[in-house]
Amino acid sequence: MERKQVEELAKLAKLEFTPEELDRFAGDMGDILGFVDKLGELDTTGVPPAAHVSGAVNVLREDVPRPSMPREDVLMGAPERDESGFIIPRVI
Amino acid sequence: MQLYEYTAHELRSLLRSGEVSAAETARALLERIAGTDPQLNAYITVLGDAALEQAGEADRMLKAGDGGALCGVPVGIKDNICIRGVRTTCASRMLENFFPPYDANAIELLRAQGSVFLGKCNMDEFAMGSSTETSYFGTVRNPHDLSRVPGGSSGGSAAAVAAGSAVVAIGSDTGGSIRQPASLCGVVGMKPTYGMVSRYGLIAFASSLDQIGPLARSVRDCAMVLDAIVKGDSRDTTSIMDAQDGFEARLNIDMKGKRVGLPREYFAQGVDEEVRDAVLEAAKTFESMGAVCEECSLPLAEYALVAYYLVSSAEASSNLARYDGVRYGYRAHGAKDHEEMFVRSRSEGFGREVKRRIMLGAYVLSAGYYDAYYKKAQQVRTLIMRDYAALFNKYDFLLTPASPTTAWKEGARIDDPLRMYAADMCTVPVNIAGLPALVLPCGRGEGGLPIGMQIIGPARSDALVLGAGYAYEQAAGGGALRPVDVGGGQG
Repeated sequence: MERKQVEELAKLAKLEFTPEELDRFAGDMGDILGFVDKLGELDTTGVPPAAHVSGAVNVLREDVPRPSMPREDVLMGAPERDESGFIIPRVI
Repeated sequence: MQLYEYTAHELRSLLRSGEVSAAETARALLERIAGTDPQLNAYITVLGDAALEQAGEADRMLKAGDGGALCGVPVGIKDNICIRGVRTTCASRMLENFFPPYDANAIELLRAQGSVFLGKCNMDEFAMGSSTETSYFGTVRNPHDLSRVPGGSSGGSAAAVAAGSAVVAIGSDTGGSIRQPASLCGVVGMKPTYGMVSRYGLIAFASSLDQIGPLARSVRDCAMVLDAIVKGDSRDTTSIMDAQDGFEARLNIDMKGKRVGLPREYFAQGVDEEVRDAVLEAAKTFESMGAVCEECSLPLAEYALVAYYLVSSAEASSNLARYDGVRYGYRAHGAKDHEEMFVRSRSEGFGREVKRRIMLGAYVLSAGYYDAYYKKAQQVRTLIMRDYAALFNKYDFLLTPASPTTAWKEGARIDDPLRMYAADMCTVPVNIAGLPALVLPCGRGEGGLPIGMQIIGPARSDALVLGAGYAYEQAAGGGALRPVDVGGGQG
């Protein structure tokens, strides 16, 4: 895989790498993609894709109101917060 | 015999008769952890006081005649399963200081039994690995030989059970993460049918493949744990709502006339001869019990590993998008805007293997590649499910190796992802098809290292799979495995 392609992908995945890491990833990804190209050997014309194994579709429940998790519990792990919400660096 | 050496079912009798208390049992286990973990590193967090408090409660329950089969039994919990208020790291810097605000479903059910949580077991970071070398909290060592890996990703759970620093443990299995380390550490491990155990509170890796299950030193103990944690749960939409427990009560299954398939692809190239021989020897044991063993074929087995890495990486890249430094988990300091905060938090918080999988997943899901990789992998998944279905028309269960090799030396594969991935070739197809599979020891290889075999059954045949394992265990000399000495030599 081209290094430039790896950079593009990193952007999509919201990751950044040092130049050395980029080279290493380009190599690793190339090896892994060589390995996964093996699937091309199989004819899958007309075979439906399986997203999961249970066969269940749209598992729904009654829309019954119930208490949500207490706000304090939800905020417990926040890296930065005030009494009522999460604080993040400026957006605009 | 020391208290830490007992199995869960033996402890149950001792606890119920009042011969031992839950408190002294918990103390014995905590001492064993203190004595072995400097070598093994099987735990990320040890719950000293909290465990003793739970044990006190268990003693009250026992006295009152309350509590389940696991009342007072000390359990190790893989560190990707949430316990309210207990640090749950997924062996990642990303969650180094994460204290979940809720219990996983399996934890709620174990609590109701009165079992005692010893601590959080070490693992590969986000369960991505086959050797427990990718943990942010250091590698885990195999109790049978400290220079070797315990397998992964539930390597801490497996090492703890093997060494007697847990009586039983809970792990998770996405592509073999319970069964492969069970094999390398010489213990029993089970991945139940997909949907049998609720994934609520299990930190997601690849949701269509992840399943919680037990590791133990006997098949009966596995059945006891499953009896506790199998229950329909509406908070996991893939949960089997009418799942039946009662596995321990159904352990006695006659092997006479049972048809056992030995798929030749599992005994082929890449599988060590000593492993092959040990599993074929186990097949003879089944024959001596009246089962009929026959070679068969699962032609797509070799494609399962490829399909697995595509599907699991795609799901992982999507599941791990939630780690953005906003609500919980690691946040990089000093970012000038939110975008920089996302990128730096993720880049500093995740380790190399996790990033590799996120990148692969992002790639196979991206426009232009989706059909060639992700959709293709899902189609292959359908074909593999059909292959298994055809085999189960002919056979009651399949018998295979659990790992192509015994435990390898630490560091031997960590820089070669493809060689590492090959370690899962025996276990991955089972996750692809959502089947139940039990791994248990069936011999020793060179250096006295444990060899494991795998019993695979059709979906929802968990009781049969356990029964077959139990029958083998009895026929092969019966009874419980005892903890190994942790010294560096052979166990």
